[in-house]
Amino acid sequence: MLTSHANVLSPRTIADALDMRATNPQAMPIAGGTDVMVALELGAVNPKTFLNLWGLRELAEVNQRDDGGVSIGALATYRTICASEHVHHVAPILVEASRTVGAKQIQNRGTLAGNIANASPAGDTLPVLLALDADVEVASSARGARRIPLSRLYSGYRQLNMDTDELITWVHLPPRHPNDRTHFRKVGTRLAQAISKVVMGIRVRVEDGVVNEARVALGSVAPVPVRCHHVENALMGGAVDPAVSSLLSQDIAPIDDIRSTKAYRNGTAHRILRSALTHLSKEV
Amino acid sequence: MSDQNIRFELNGEPQSVTVTPMARLLDVLREDLRATGSKEGCGEGECGACTVLVDGLSVNSCLVPVAQVEGAQITTVEGLERDDRLHPVQDAFLEHGGAQCGICTPGFLVAAAELLAADDQPTPETVRDALAGNLCRCTGYQKIVDSVVKTVMEGWPC
Amino acid sequence: MTVAMTKGCPSRSRSATLWKNRRFIPFSSVKAVLNKNDEAVDDEISLIAFHFFTSIAMFLGKSYAVVYMRVSRGASSMHIGQGIVRRDGRAKVTGAALYVDDVCPENCLYGATVRSSVARGRLLGLEKDPAYDWSDITICTAEDIPGENVVALMTDDQPVLAYERIRHVAEPVALIAAPTRDRALEAVAHIKVLVDEEPPLFDPTISAHNQDQLIFGSDNIFSHIRLLHGDQAEAFDALDGLLVEGEYRVGLQEQLYIETQGILASPRPDGGLTIFGSMQCPYYIVKALKRVLGHENLNVVQAATGGGFGGKEEYPSMLSAHAAILSIKTGRPVKLIYRRDEDLRATTKRHPAIMNYRTKVDPKTGKLLGADVRLLFDGGAYNTLSPVVNSRGVIHALGPYACPQVCLDALMVATNTPPNGAFRGFGAPQVMFAAERHMDRIARTIGMDPVELRRRNLYRVGDITPTGQCLTDAGGLEVLDKALAAAQKTDPRPRVEHPGSGGSAARRASGRGVAIAWHGCGFTGNGEAALKGKVDLAIQGDEVVIYSGSTDIGQGTDTIFPSIAATILGLPLHRVQMAPHDTDIVPDSGPTVASRTAMVVGGVVAQGARKLMDALRQDVNTEDSSLTFDDLLSRRSTDETIRIQAEYVDAGLEWDPKTYQGDAYPTYGWSCMVVDLDVDLDTGEVLYTRLIQATDVGKALNPVLCAGQLEGGALQALGYATSEEVVLDAHGGMINNRLTNYIIPTTLDAPPMETILVENPYDGGPFGAKGIGEIPHDVPAPAVAQAIEQATGLVLNRLPMTPERVMDGLEAL
Repeated sequence: MLTSHANVLSPRTIADALDMRATNPQAMPIAGGTDVMVALELGAVNPKTFLNLWGLRELAEVNQRDDGGVSIGALATYRTICASEHVHHVAPILVEASRTVGAKQIQNRGTLAGNIANASPAGDTLPVLLALDADVEVASSARGARRIPLSRLYSGYRQLNMDTDELITWVHLPPRHPNDRTHFRKVGTRLAQAISKVVMGIRVRVEDGVVNEARVALGSVAPVPVRCHHVENALMGGAVDPAVSSLLSQDIAPIDDIRSTKAYRNGTAHRILRSALTHLSKEV
Repeated sequence: MSDQNIRFELNGEPQSVTVTPMARLLDVLREDLRATGSKEGCGEGECGACTVLVDGLSVNSCLVPVAQVEGAQITTVEGLERDDRLHPVQDAFLEHGGAQCGICTPGFLVAAAELLAADDQPTPETVRDALAGNLCRCTGYQKIVDSVVKTVMEGWPC
Repeated sequence: MTVAMTKGCPSRSRSATLWKNRRFIPFSSVKAVLNKNDEAVDDEISLIAFHFFTSIAMFLGKSYAVVYMRVSRGASSMHIGQGIVRRDGRAKVTGAALYVDDVCPENCLYGATVRSSVARGRLLGLEKDPAYDWSDITICTAEDIPGENVVALMTDDQPVLAYERIRHVAEPVALIAAPTRDRALEAVAHIKVLVDEEPPLFDPTISAHNQDQLIFGSDNIFSHIRLLHGDQAEAFDALDGLLVEGEYRVGLQEQLYIETQGILASPRPDGGLTIFGSMQCPYYIVKALKRVLGHENLNVVQAATGGGFGGKEEYPSMLSAHAAILSIKTGRPVKLIYRRDEDLRATTKRHPAIMNYRTKVDPKTGKLLGADVRLLFDGGAYNTLSPVVNSRGVIHALGPYACPQVCLDALMVATNTPPNGAFRGFGAPQVMFAAERHMDRIARTIGMDPVELRRRNLYRVGDITPTGQCLTDAGGLEVLDKALAAAQKTDPRPRVEHPGSGGSAARRASGRGVAIAWHGCGFTGNGEAALKGKVDLAIQGDEVVIYSGSTDIGQGTDTIFPSIAATILGLPLHRVQMAPHDTDIVPDSGPTVASRTAMVVGGVVAQGARKLMDALRQDVNTEDSSLTFDDLLSRRSTDETIRIQAEYVDAGLEWDPKTYQGDAYPTYGWSCMVVDLDVDLDTGEVLYTRLIQATDVGKALNPVLCAGQLEGGALQALGYATSEEVVLDAHGGMINNRLTNYIIPTTLDAPPMETILVENPYDGGPFGAKGIGEIPHDVPAPAVAQAIEQATGLVLNRLPMTPERVMDGLEAL
């Protein structure tokens, strides 16, 4: 790791951070470092300046909102999320997903916003956040804050629809609807310290036996975490039907890589979706 | 930019180092402070051999830039002892065969100390969950899990 | 004593005389040196002191202290069968134990290696980036080698640095020394290796006699062994019985010691060289460096070693040669520590194999009537120890089952992949997978329960092995019964549902698999007799010191040897010490390999302890055997050191290396494992719920250490079974060379284990002990395959059984 010449900016307030971001657009933001430090070690990046966000303690919190939803600060770690009663209540599958990120050491340091910003198609929490209709709040010193639905954040492989002067500040989750049924599944390389081969978040809202909202999102099966619109549309208006899993091929485009194969990812995605829907169809 | 002065507490002792702020905490501990108990097995947060506690929480010190520990309290394996007494989990590792080649041992002990501070009577399953970020190639983990489960925390100041 | 005392190494400024006069000092002197003379601190000194003095001695030419660690001061003198705490334990749990990367002498330079990026071709030279600042960088090539350019092992085919030809990707071509690690790595990136590339040979099936792509000798064959047993061995087709045939394949496996390879070379004040580092076999390095340096003025010292598993048997000779060349050229200490990615890409792995089994079976009784087995191992680009792997593979090929007519043919060939080498089991895990899967195939074919089939064919005392050895000890049935009884007694503890695993949505099937293995202990045939492993024992003051070149790499022999000697001498443990493993002061006990250290070298220690008592009696002119060690000691008029040497005594094995007939091993270990698992039917993941083993260890010298070896080996083999796959790129190099992508089990992947130590003493081992280091790696993989078959009906005959392969198979059912 050749970081001997790197400059580090360590803001203490959000306002300072945004100012520094605006004046140093090339600076690489670093929060818990669990992705950035690996990229540095591998020589995948070698920036001259880092924007160290770890000191923004005001963003390290999870807050319950008046509408019953929760807002997760950009510096909140997986550990903080797992420990939050609000998140347990509003988004149990986010807790479940957070518990599968690396292991304790990573969960103690890694942040949800970091998972979003790193923009890996294999990011463990991203399908869950898509299924939960999460909004990402970004801010800049020039234009203030704005909210982007996560489903519109990614424009391509590791590409974010954010300006160079913006930083992620919050992740907002809507309140849990009493009729929501959710499911999380991660097929990784092993049971801990594992990168996803396929990862899935599902939320279906079933009222009087009829699906009136469906979110099916997968990771590691396309250049970005994807919402599976064909499957979602087919789920709407009837009972939860596991057979719609056959439509998944129209929503995903997995590839061969060092960790798995296109065929395995494709087949596994179909099978775990089918099993999940079978399970959700029985849930009352 | 030149080196920065960074201050933190290591095993209860104040330390001040002047280093490049993106230096890995692991390197600062091992090379600048000559606290070589924390080991490097992979450099990418997979093996856990470099595990230390930062303000009581276990982290991979190979993934923490030293700039982020300004003012923090850091505990390494060298700091688990109290008043010349081994931490009970160190004793348990000795008695139950938790260490073989020893290279992963410091990381396991630090991670186990974090667990035991919160739960002094963990089940085997809890222990496995808490230590899943530490790789060992010698023991098959059974004797490590046994060691932590059998650790007697009674009377140990937390 | 504070930890700080152990750190850092003063500069090398003393005279050659000091170096030459350095000596090994007993513990009492260490206490004096440390001004810590009260007994309360006995526990605190120990390995800390040992390593402190080792590293000081290296650079100052000062005396050594000894391992003296956490040894209870009780009066007991029976230490065998007790779970005695390991001597290096305290140093390891406090972080004080010094591994090579923990030592940093003043003026130390950092080494790095320039490697080939292609597999095969003519080496044209190096191109240095002219724009780069080379002012503080030293480069060494083959031209800088003072002696011969060869890593001396079995043959002289492997160069220290590639010269004229490239035979595998990541082959070392040049070396760099720089003031910092980063500078060294940076410099490597600014050198281009120029190669006139030729098409590489990666397929072992077309390697033998391939004249277009010669890699080794005149035929690409490292070893060919044909082993015949029975008067109709070569007439397999004419034998009666039902023909059952199958092919079995296994891939590469990485040892994955958690401490990467590392060596520090340092000039000595007397003009010689010290090698300090992570290793299994210090004397291999001595032998290799004599050739490379052209002189013998060197000593090799083992640092605390973070795992080996065979991976640090022969490879450290290469690293030592590299560090030595750099140190000689720069005149400074040079530390060469591999990064993980480099270690995975460049160092040896377990040999892949293609194994074809044909058997004739009595379909009614299930008895084996004849076997015709062909093994093909891929040795990679250089010979290393491949012929010995081939040998152990062929001898174990039929598993622990009697068969009257046997024709075994084993071929070890060269390819343009990095050389494969020693790894726990050494050919046995490969063939044991094939043999056990073949038993399952026979059971399926004739409709017999696979455990019953094994029971009928397992060796009994008096049975004859394929090498013609008459077994006087056959523990297969006993370990089978004990493991099964334990498995039937209780159910596996319910697995806690892991987040993300699907919970009640998951579809799973449970299965149980049973497999059995045998493993020959120690070297094959007359290997031990030829080697004559030596151990010295000395009385220094009122302490006994054991001097042995056998290293403790975590398995605990630095604890076991003193237990053996102290028990025989009737001494409390704290009065028996281990000398540091420094070739200047310890004799060659043979390499730390082949399940031989506790059994064979431990036996030499036992013999040495008896010899020491004789010498002590002689010293005080008595033949009275009722006098204790201390009685005798009190009669001595001087405190002059008494030092004796014990040497391996030939066990009288009859062995013909030409025909492969005779007593292959002095004794065998036997092991049965029962694996319970779930197969996820949607993902093909295998989730282990329990592993029970019953293993015949002869005598557990230290049950805690013994079980630790068996459990660790078993988990390494579960990784071999389902998750550890080495993926090669177009150049034959490991592409998943990170711990993120080469998947070894975590605590959550590993099952709870129950380990039953079966004790059938072997009278040639100390207190009856057998070698146990390798056998646990032989058993799990076929048990897993059988369990998957039982759970799902899927028959897999290839390792590793990754989720991808399981799923492919399930889809095709």
